[in-house]
Amino acid sequence: MADKVAFELVSPDRLLMSVEADAVAMPGMEGDFGVLPGHAPLISALRAGIIEVEGAGDNPDRIYIAGGFAEVAADRLVVLAEEAVPVADMDRANLEQRIQAASDEVAAAEEGEQRRLADGKIAVLQEMLSAAR
Amino acid sequence: MANLKELKNRITSVTSTQKITKAMQMVAAAKLRRAQEAAEQSRPYAERMERMIASVASNLPSLDTAPPMVVGSGKDDVHLLVVVTAERGLCGAFNSNIVRAVRRRVIELRNSGKTVKLYCVGRKGQESLRRDLADLIVEYVTLREVRQLSFANARPIAEQIAQMFADDEFDVCTVYYNAFKSVISQVVTNQQLIPVKLPDPEAIAAADSEVDLGGAIYEYEPEENDLLGVLVPRNMAVQIYRALLESGAAEHAARMTSMDSATRNAGDMIEGLTLTYNRTRQAIITKELIEIVSGAEAL
Repeated sequence: MADKVAFELVSPDRLLMSVEADAVAMPGMEGDFGVLPGHAPLISALRAGIIEVEGAGDNPDRIYIAGGFAEVAADRLVVLAEEAVPVADMDRANLEQRIQAASDEVAAAEEGEQRRLADGKIAVLQEMLSAAR
Repeated sequence: MANLKELKNRITSVTSTQKITKAMQMVAAAKLRRAQEAAEQSRPYAERMERMIASVASNLPSLDTAPPMVVGSGKDDVHLLVVVTAERGLCGAFNSNIVRAVRRRVIELRNSGKTVKLYCVGRKGQESLRRDLADLIVEYVTLREVRQLSFANARPIAEQIAQMFADDEFDVCTVYYNAFKSVISQVVTNQQLIPVKLPDPEAIAAADSEVDLGGAIYEYEPEENDLLGVLVPRNMAVQIYRALLESGAAEHAARMTSMDSATRNAGDMIEGLTLTYNRTRQAIITKELIEIVSGAEAL
């Protein structure tokens, strides 16, 4: 058994990160989980939150994702995320601005699906903001 | 003489046209390289997504409870055709090939009594389709302002299509785009998005054998059907993104080849015109000489 997890972070635009890590903590949709070498095979949906990577050298160790999927198999962990930003790179002023814009959207949106989408957007942004603290 | 001057003007104008087509060809070549890189970089995500879906689908207890996007709405009365074309012309038969394929499909579907709706992505397709099929176009998205295509361009389109499906506005969704086969060949391709074509068993077996699980089986969180319900709409966005990328690369390739032949044509034309110019010039000189000689003889 290998003593490292091969961790890959992939966005639709490109492969963002491919490192060997000691452990990775994931924000699972049905509860957070950690992945250590030798984890049982698992496919899980992820909610918006922070991925924490341990023991990956100089690479960013805290990465925010806006939801996605994780696949664990044979000491390998693949994360598919549509939006991924290292926590260290997040800009609070920019985030607050985006939350403001999203709130305006909620105010303008009609009841129903559109409203629900806008609400979801705010929740995601607020999660980002609290992570940036 | 007026004729000479006219010829000279024509040579100048063809030369400047040639310069433009040459420049356009070089721009297209540079853009093509970038588009190909983008397509390459998007591949890991699409591949892994496909493997996940294959794995989940192969472990589905039964198809009856699967989300409607997978099994369809149970009818096939209303067809939505997503037409991906370029924003600009001057790229050979690139746009007209797509439009022709879509027209043929529309007639086919109408003849078998189905309703057709069109979702246009790209200005050129919309412009030529609205001439005779304007009442079928339900949506038009232009990517004119987009300089570098990214996933953020594909996601809203996918979300809107998913919303339309949820509102029961159509039953089957197919996307038409030019696939990039090679620099000199683009192929009109259609791909069904809804209901989703699940990977065939062979592909599933191949995906399984790629990862050695040591006999263990995957655990799914949330359970298979719910997971598939989240995965499938995401995958649709990925498929649309791929169609946009392919179409982008194909467009630049088509423009490159057509501008190359335009440059060559202009070259041939300049050659011909220069020949005529020189001949006319010599004829004039000869004529003048004859006039002088016969004038001198008459004295």
